[in-house]
Amino acid sequence: MVGSVIVLYQILFAVSLFILISLGLAIIFGMMRVINLAQGEFIMLGAYACLIFTRLEINFWLAALLSGLVVGLFGIIVERCLIRFLYGRIMDTLLATWGLSLLMIGLVTTIFGPQEAGVEVSLGKLDVGEFSVSIYNLVLIAAAMGLLALTYALWRYTKVGLVVRGTMQNPDMAAALGVNTDRCYMLTFGFGSAITGLGGALIAPLVGNQPTMGAFYVAKAFITVISGGAAPLTGTLLASGVFGSVDGVISYASTQVVGEISVLLVAIVLLRLLPTGITGRLGGGV
Amino acid sequence: MRLISAEDCEAPVPLWWALVAVAAVIGFALPSFVGLDVVMSTSIIFVYAILTLSMSYLWGYCGMLSFGQTAMYGVGGYAYAVIALNSGNTTIAVFAAVFLGCLFALVIGYFMIYGRISKIYFTVITLVITVVLEKAVRATSDERFTIGSVPLRGQNGISNVPDLQFPWDPSQTLFLDGVYYVALAALLAVFIGLRLLLTTHFGRVLMGIRDNERRSELLGYDTRKYQLGAFVLCGGIAALAGVLYGVWGNFVAPEMMNLNSAANIVIYAIVGGRSTLAGPIAGTAIIQYLTSWLGTAGVGQVTVILGTVLIVFVMLFPRGILPTLGDVIAQVWRFALAGRDRAKLPGARKTSDGWRNA
Repeated sequence: MVGSVIVLYQILFAVSLFILISLGLAIIFGMMRVINLAQGEFIMLGAYACLIFTRLEINFWLAALLSGLVVGLFGIIVERCLIRFLYGRIMDTLLATWGLSLLMIGLVTTIFGPQEAGVEVSLGKLDVGEFSVSIYNLVLIAAAMGLLALTYALWRYTKVGLVVRGTMQNPDMAAALGVNTDRCYMLTFGFGSAITGLGGALIAPLVGNQPTMGAFYVAKAFITVISGGAAPLTGTLLASGVFGSVDGVISYASTQVVGEISVLLVAIVLLRLLPTGITGRLGGGV
Repeated sequence: MRLISAEDCEAPVPLWWALVAVAAVIGFALPSFVGLDVVMSTSIIFVYAILTLSMSYLWGYCGMLSFGQTAMYGVGGYAYAVIALNSGNTTIAVFAAVFLGCLFALVIGYFMIYGRISKIYFTVITLVITVVLEKAVRATSDERFTIGSVPLRGQNGISNVPDLQFPWDPSQTLFLDGVYYVALAALLAVFIGLRLLLTTHFGRVLMGIRDNERRSELLGYDTRKYQLGAFVLCGGIAALAGVLYGVWGNFVAPEMMNLNSAANIVIYAIVGGRSTLAGPIAGTAIIQYLTSWLGTAGVGQVTVILGTVLIVFVMLFPRGILPTLGDVIAQVWRFALAGRDRAKLPGARKTSDGWRNA
């Protein structure tokens, strides 16, 4: 009984990590079709911003929110200076954002040095039978689910969400109806970046911050969103569910690296079977 | 610029052969005039140039941007190290390593290309494969991960990769300048081989697929078969570069297949000109020289500069140095001619760089 609770917890935790890593990308890539290879570095930036804020003795939760805000602003700057010239040129976007990712790694290394720097949050542990579970991890699970639900609600049930979805679907029509599409793109990119930064800040206490930490997250985020398919948020949830379960179970049974390799193998086989992703056949949705 | 842009897939003109011959002669004569340090640093440029060609051929001529070439490069290097150390025969190891690189490309290529994932997903999935492979190799520091008698040593890499033996006399091995000649010969072979491949049926069909996949399919070509063929071929070339890297430094490590090396070769190709074959080689030489100079000059993080270079080239010169330079020369030439003899001049031939947005 206790064993299965622990396995369930492992799975939920792995799924939540996938959601935190890929939710921002689900907006930026899934909705806006902007391939942002600097996504991992946005996560890294969120984690470093959180590090700075906690060093300034700001409460961790406030620091995480502020980090999200900082990365969101950074995203808007990037959109204005780089991305907006490249809409529709998907390959060039990919290359330019890769350049941006190198640039960010280089700059952060110059400022903070290549060594690890951790954010410490101590919420204690909860004993479950002979196992003990970190309370922070439980909060993280709740945060991931909450963030996903909030984004979904915003997109699905509000006027703003409707306008944004309409703009992404048909910018000309939206413009004809009086929407400022330029600003809409900018703010959506900023929102996606902010979510990414928040995810990075929340992950920061679990891993050591390193300038090169983004590389693995970008890979995970992209396979999640791609495997999710046409409906970005639902797809990301389903793909996170599949990959998180695989990762959680196999990491529990073997090592973490084996878990991560299994995720990739599952993703490749999944794409062979469902080339348009898990939600590809649904034909729309959020 | 027919000389550097082989866009019209005709057989190379005699002048092209002459230029290649001159370059080869200069290359082979170089070690007699310069010190061993220059020979060493030039050899590694040749190795990277082979790797860049394996990527830029796929990118510029088949429309498939693969970040997985560094994975095949790593597979080649590691396979050579493990097989050569186990068998003691490097000739077998070279062929086995290239074969394994092809096989690796075949397996991952099958799932991606026959899954008909779009070009952009292809790019991202190859990137993911590279990242995961590097992570997997890094995790092999335990003694359990020993193939035959060779421990993989995770992060530390394998540092006793044997020198290349003469195929006909395994007791003799090649030293540093020998590696230089082998790398140069391999680069020339790959360069000329790819140039001639463009003129074949296979090469032309690939360009047709790059320009319009649907149309090629409607004309009856099984596009997946051709694309997989190109991917496997370039996987073999990348593995060959990996072998040469292992021989060059007697060392293979997970760094071979990290994102930085993947980024480097993309930058080499984009700076030189991805829709040419000479461009990537020039780009490799220029950027490699620049980074080693920046490294010694101590101007901080090289990645900052590489990132900036990548952004600037994508935004401003997406076709690369050689084609842009070629256009400028052609313009000047046309301008000079136009003043003298306007009547005879045919209409400006529009040079297509063959680059299509996915």
